[in-house]
Amino acid sequence: MNDTTSGSSYKAHDLIAENIDAYLEQHQHKSLLRFITCGSVDDGKSTLIGRLLYDSKMIFEDQLAALEADSKRVGTQGQQIDFALLVDGLAAEREQGITIDVAYRFFATDRRKFIVADTPGHEQYTRNMVTGASTADLAVILIDARKGVLTQTRRHSYLAQLIGIRNLVLAVNKMDLVGYDEQRYKAIVADYRAFADSIGIAAFTAMPISGFMGDNITTPSSNMPWYTGPALLPHLENVALDVTAAQDQPFRLPVQWVSRPNLDFRGFAGLVSSGRIRPGDAVRVLPSGKVSTVTRVVTLDGDLEEAVAGQSITLTLADEVDCSRGDVLAAADNPPQVADQFEATLVWMSDEPLVPGRSYWLKLGTQNVSAQIQTPKYQINVNTLEHLAAKTLDLNAIGVVTVTTDKPLVFEPYAASHDLGGFILIDKFSNGTVAAGMLHFALRRSQNVHWQALDITREAHAAQKQQQPRVLWFTGLSGAGKSTIANLVEKKLHALGKHTFLLDGDNVRHGLNKDLGFTDADRIENIRRVGEVAKLMTDAGLIVLTAFISPFRAERDMVRAMLPAGEFIEIHIDTALAEAERRDVKGLYKKARAGELKNFTGIDSPYEAPEQPEIRIDTGAMLAEDAAEEIVRALLL
Amino acid sequence: MTVLTHLQRLEAESIHILREVVSETERPVMLYSVGKDSAVMLHLARKAFYPAPPPFPLLHVDTTWKFQAMYELRTRMAKESGMELLVYQNPEAKARGINPFDHGALHTDMWKTEGLKQALDLYGFDAAFGGARRDEEKSRAKERIFSFRSMNHRWDPKNQRPELWRLYNARKAKGESIRVFPISNWTELDIWQYIHLENIPIVPLYFSAPRPTVTRDGLLLMVDDARFPLRAGEVPVERSIRFRTLGCYPLTGAIESTATTLPEVIQEMLLTTTSERQGRAIDHDQTASMEKKKQEGYF
Repeated sequence: MNDTTSGSSYKAHDLIAENIDAYLEQHQHKSLLRFITCGSVDDGKSTLIGRLLYDSKMIFEDQLAALEADSKRVGTQGQQIDFALLVDGLAAEREQGITIDVAYRFFATDRRKFIVADTPGHEQYTRNMVTGASTADLAVILIDARKGVLTQTRRHSYLAQLIGIRNLVLAVNKMDLVGYDEQRYKAIVADYRAFADSIGIAAFTAMPISGFMGDNITTPSSNMPWYTGPALLPHLENVALDVTAAQDQPFRLPVQWVSRPNLDFRGFAGLVSSGRIRPGDAVRVLPSGKVSTVTRVVTLDGDLEEAVAGQSITLTLADEVDCSRGDVLAAADNPPQVADQFEATLVWMSDEPLVPGRSYWLKLGTQNVSAQIQTPKYQINVNTLEHLAAKTLDLNAIGVVTVTTDKPLVFEPYAASHDLGGFILIDKFSNGTVAAGMLHFALRRSQNVHWQALDITREAHAAQKQQQPRVLWFTGLSGAGKSTIANLVEKKLHALGKHTFLLDGDNVRHGLNKDLGFTDADRIENIRRVGEVAKLMTDAGLIVLTAFISPFRAERDMVRAMLPAGEFIEIHIDTALAEAERRDVKGLYKKARAGELKNFTGIDSPYEAPEQPEIRIDTGAMLAEDAAEEIVRALLL
Repeated sequence: MTVLTHLQRLEAESIHILREVVSETERPVMLYSVGKDSAVMLHLARKAFYPAPPPFPLLHVDTTWKFQAMYELRTRMAKESGMELLVYQNPEAKARGINPFDHGALHTDMWKTEGLKQALDLYGFDAAFGGARRDEEKSRAKERIFSFRSMNHRWDPKNQRPELWRLYNARKAKGESIRVFPISNWTELDIWQYIHLENIPIVPLYFSAPRPTVTRDGLLLMVDDARFPLRAGEVPVERSIRFRTLGCYPLTGAIESTATTLPEVIQEMLLTTTSERQGRAIDHDQTASMEKKKQEGYF
C-alpha cells in the first residue's frame, strides 16, 4: 500500500496552524474543477471517490468511526474499510450495495477545489450520468483492469462525448488485482484508443490506479515504476479548464429578470454565458433585434468596469428598449441565431415514452416555449452506436429528432454554447422533466433570418388608423356561408371608417398558395401561410378577415398563438353538413360524393369544430345580414 | 483572461438560482434560521436583486428555544435588508408546552417539521429557499437544488427530477411546492471564507467568549436563559466556548475554544477532527435519520 500520509500535503496542516491568513489567501484564489466518475457497476467508482476524500483528509474522526462501524455491518470488503460507504448516501442504496442516483462530493487540495458527481453505472441509469456530466469540466472513465473495455465503458465514453466533456481521464482501476501488470494496462489502453478514435474522442489521459490500495491516487505508485505519467490527483489539479475559454466567445447574456426598484432604474439581470462586457459596448436585444449601449454593470459592491462569462450581473442600457425575461442580450455585431425549427439530439429521461406530435414545454436558458417533437429520425444504440429506426424514445433512449417551437428561440449550436444550445423538455401534465436535448442546427428558412427592428411599430400603425388590429377568423364547412358573411362584415366595417382586408380561401389559392393541394399537410401549410400574412397585416394596423374552412383545431390554435392575446377572434359559421350539402353552391359536394374530389372536408376528411369560439353563428337560425350585424356588434369596434 | 475563483463561481451560481426562483414561482419565501448559512444566503439574495431589496419575505420558523443572540441578529438583519420578516410558532406546540428538555425528538418534529409545513400552508408559499449544503450530510449530497415536495410536503428521493446544466424546472401543480437550496454546492469552509471576505454579520456565538455552561449527555450546553432546568447538583460553569452550528440552545453542543476572530474560527475548523453536525443531537438517532426526517418534511 502506498503511504497515504502523503495526502497531508493536500491539506497544508502546517500552513493552517502557523499562518491562517496566508492559508486563507491561498485558498481564496483556488479555481474550481467539477468532474464526474463513470464506470460499470463494481468498477470501483464510489471506492475511488471515498479514497480521494480520505487521502485529501476530508474525512473527520466521527465520520471515520461511523464508516468503520458500517464497513463491518454492511461493507463488502470484510474487515477492511469500505470507502464506497462514504458516498453511497441513501438508505435504499446501502441495502442494494449500488449507487442509484447522482451524488455530489467536495474536496480541496492546495491548488484547487473539486466538486465530483458520482454517477451510477447501472444500465438503466443513463439519465443520471447525463445529468452529472452536464455540469462537469472533466470525466474520469473507470475500467476494471481484469475486465478491460466493456460495453458500459463505450456507453459512458459516448455519453461524455455527447454532452461535450473535452477532458477525459481513462483510469484503469484495480491494478493490484492484475499484479500491476504493465502489458495488461497497455493492451487495455490500446483497445480503448481504437474505440475513442472511432467516435471522435481526440485525446484522453490514461493512468493505471488502484482506488482500493491508493496506487497513483495522490503520488506515483512504487508498485508501478513503469508508469511515468501523473497520479490522478495531481492531474486533476493541473488540467486546463474550459471555463476561461468562454470569455473569448461573443458576448451573450440570457435575461433572467428585469429589475425595476423605481422609475429611474431598469436593470437586466442574468448570468453571462459567454464573452465579456463593459460600459459603452453596443448590445443587441434578441429576438427583437433592437440595439442599445451598455451604461452600467451594477453590483451591490459598486459598478464594475468589466464583467466576464460565468458572472451573475445586472446591466443598464442607454435606451428604453423592450427587453424582458427570455430575451438575450448579445454583442451587437455578432448576435446568435433565431429560429423555430431545429435538429436536436434527445436523451429521454422519463418512464413515459416520447409522444411524437405532443406539445411539451421546452426550457432553454431563460426561454420557455411550447415545442413539438416529430417522430425520431433514428435512435442511437449507445452500446454499438448503430442508428436504429424508432417510432418513439423510451427511458434512457437517445435519438435525433426535429423540434418545432411555437415561438422563435434565440440559440446557438450546443457545441458552441451549452447555455444556449442545451434544453430540457417538461411534460405539460405531470410537470416532470422528461428529456434533455442538445440543439445542432436550425432547419429550413428560419436560419440566419434576423428580425429587422423598425422604428414605426405596430402600435404606431394602429394608432394612426385609430383602431385595434384584429384577425376575424371565419371557419366552417364548405358552403356554410363564411365568404358571404365575411364580405358583409367587411362592408359594415368599411362604412364605419375602419381599415380592413379580406383574405378569401379561393382567392389565396390562385396566387400565394397555388402550389398547395388538399392533403392534410398541404391544408396545414395553407393555413400557416395565411396566418403569417394575416399577422403582417395586423402589424400594419389592419383588421383582417379570413374565410377558410380551416378544418383542424391545431392549426387555428397555431394562428391564435402567433398573435398578441385578444387579437384573434375565432368565428364559427356553424351549418349542419346536410344543410351545406343541400345548398352546394359550388357543386363541390356532388363531386366529392362522386369520388371526383379527394380529401373533401365533411365527406372524407374531418372538420374539427371550435370548442370555444369567440363568436358562433348558427346559420340555421339567422340570415347572413343579421349574422354580420351581430358580429360587428360583438366586436364593439 | 479573468480566472474566476471557486468562490466567485459559487456566488454566480447561487445568484442565478435565486433569480430563477423569483422569475418562475408565484410566491417564494426565504427560510431564515439566523445561522451562518442563512447569513450567506441572505447576503447572496441582497446581491442578486440589488438595487431592489429581495422580492420575497424572510420566514423564521421559531421554536422559542433559540439563543437570545439569534433573536437579536434576526431583528437587525430584517431591518438592514429591508425585507419583511415573518415569524411562525406552531400554536399546538406552544399550547402543549413542547420543549427540548421534556419531549426529545417530539420537540424538533412539532416546532420545526410541523411548524414549517403549517407556515408554508398558511401563507401559501410555493417555493422556499433553504440554506442546506450538500457537504453536510449524505442524503443532502443527493438532493437536487430545486427539490420537489408533494402536496403533503413529502420528499421522494427515488423520484427526483433530473437537473441538467443551469436549467431548473420550477413547474408544479397547485398545492405542490419546491424547496430550493441556493448554496447546495458550498462547503463549510466556503461559507466561512465568504463571510470573512464579504464582512457578513453573524451571531456572536460563533466566536469564543466566557459563557455559563453545563455538561450533559456528552454535549456541552450553554445556559442561555432561566428556562434551563438544572438537575440536582448541577451548577453552571463559565467556560470559554463557541458554536459551530446554531439551533435550539438546549440541543446545540458548544466546543471549548479560544477563537475570537474569523480566521481563528476557520483555523480551528480546519484543524478539527470531527464534522460540523456532530454537535447536533438530531442526526444521531439512527443511521439514515436525516433522510427519514427529510422525507417527512424536515428541511
